[in-house]
Amino acid sequence: MLEFRLYMAQRLTALLMAPLVFGHIAVMIYAVQGGLSAAEILGRTQGSVFWFLFYGTFVFAVSIHASIGLRTILHEWSGLKGGLLNAVAALICAALLALGGRAVMAVTLL
Amino acid sequence: MRPERTHPLWLAYMLHRWSGIGLALFLPVHFWMLALAITDAAQFDAFIAITDLVIVKLAEFGLVFLLAVHMFGGLRLMALEWLPWSAPQKTLAAGAVGIAFFISGTFFLQAV
Amino acid sequence: MDQKDNTLKVTVSRGTSGEQFEQEFEVPAYENQTVLDVVSWIQQNSDPTLSYRFACRVGMCGSCAMMVNGEPRWTCRTHVKKVVRKNTLSIAPLRNLPVVKDLAADMTPFFDKWVDAEGYHHPTRTRHDPMQEVTPNDEERNRANAGIECINCAVCYAACDTVANNDAYLGPAALQRAWTLYNDQKNENGQAILDAVSRDGGCHSCHSMGSCSLYCPNELDPMSAIAGLKRETAKNLFRRRR
Repeated sequence: MLEFRLYMAQRLTALLMAPLVFGHIAVMIYAVQGGLSAAEILGRTQGSVFWFLFYGTFVFAVSIHASIGLRTILHEWSGLKGGLLNAVAALICAALLALGGRAVMAVTLL
Repeated sequence: MRPERTHPLWLAYMLHRWSGIGLALFLPVHFWMLALAITDAAQFDAFIAITDLVIVKLAEFGLVFLLAVHMFGGLRLMALEWLPWSAPQKTLAAGAVGIAFFISGTFFLQAV
Repeated sequence: MDQKDNTLKVTVSRGTSGEQFEQEFEVPAYENQTVLDVVSWIQQNSDPTLSYRFACRVGMCGSCAMMVNGEPRWTCRTHVKKVVRKNTLSIAPLRNLPVVKDLAADMTPFFDKWVDAEGYHHPTRTRHDPMQEVTPNDEERNRANAGIECINCAVCYAACDTVANNDAYLGPAALQRAWTLYNDQKNENGQAILDAVSRDGGCHSCHSMGSCSLYCPNELDPMSAIAGLKRETAKNLFRRRR
């Protein structure tokens, strides 16, 4: 049953991310015009509840999605299994959440 | 030597897997750099400066490709699994959209 | 044809799991010849100790499948001229299964998984009940019919990389049988089937690479059958929550 739950979680986060990816690419195309700078990014995102929610949701979904995918690949290609496999996947998820959360906070809060 | 592997759907499976691995490896770097934007703006801008290099532009091109191909490969997979369409239709549809997306996306990035 | 063209160079895998080696044989080439004919010729004329399995010779029993030039094939219905490369053939036991000896793969894990997927009949009535009517054009019946010609040859099981990478994976044949039974009105307890294919190693381990549907000698489509199971198990999850 665990793999079935992970399968559902991976697909639901994928559906959640599909519109976010479109949005993110649109932002990228817009943002790189005329060059990037820290001031420019922060000017757009800081203090914005919208961007906090947008990228916060994105980080949450991608952390779950990517750790499930890597769990499958690690199992199939390195033979890792059982508790160790789940621990590694959970660690990857936590690391992505922490790093991503920090990035979102950095560019949207204040 | 492994002919059973080299058919279109198998290649789509490999492309999806490797683009996923590529994106997963890129994410921590991406997050770390963004955090720099506030903790050390000068270093962030120094990083941004190297994105003007051609080789870095190519890497960005690659990342957009990975993102597009992984998303459309994934949507194709979900359509195949959850919608009662036939497989070739979905592959063609997703392939066409993926290529279009890739071309237009990179066009915009290059046009800057 | 000169003398060279009249002979096939055949590399045959010998021995059991863990102690396999390759042996070369020269076999006379004929205009009409199946891969099974080649194997039989070797056993009858070169080496009587060569072990292999076959029964019907007409593509019904599913016992003669082997790897031919790296691809899984039903050898009794595979013409040599369709698969031969530069007068050479390499023949090995089916991939993803243990080897009993030489070209005979041990089918035990394949059939065990068939049972694990609830791939057997769950009757709805006894002999005292009237016969159940089945409408031939019914949509459900057509879904069941799509996979009913499976001959258990394990070609799909040998073709699948997910089977190769994931010991627990039930594989295309067992899952397709589960899907066929799930759609069969004469079969009861569909929930047991959905539960069985939702366990670890069930239908959700499939990556839809499609080698099963590409290689199935009866041109069945296990990949789509597995997709059907994914769809039903996902729907069932929401039905149960309510």
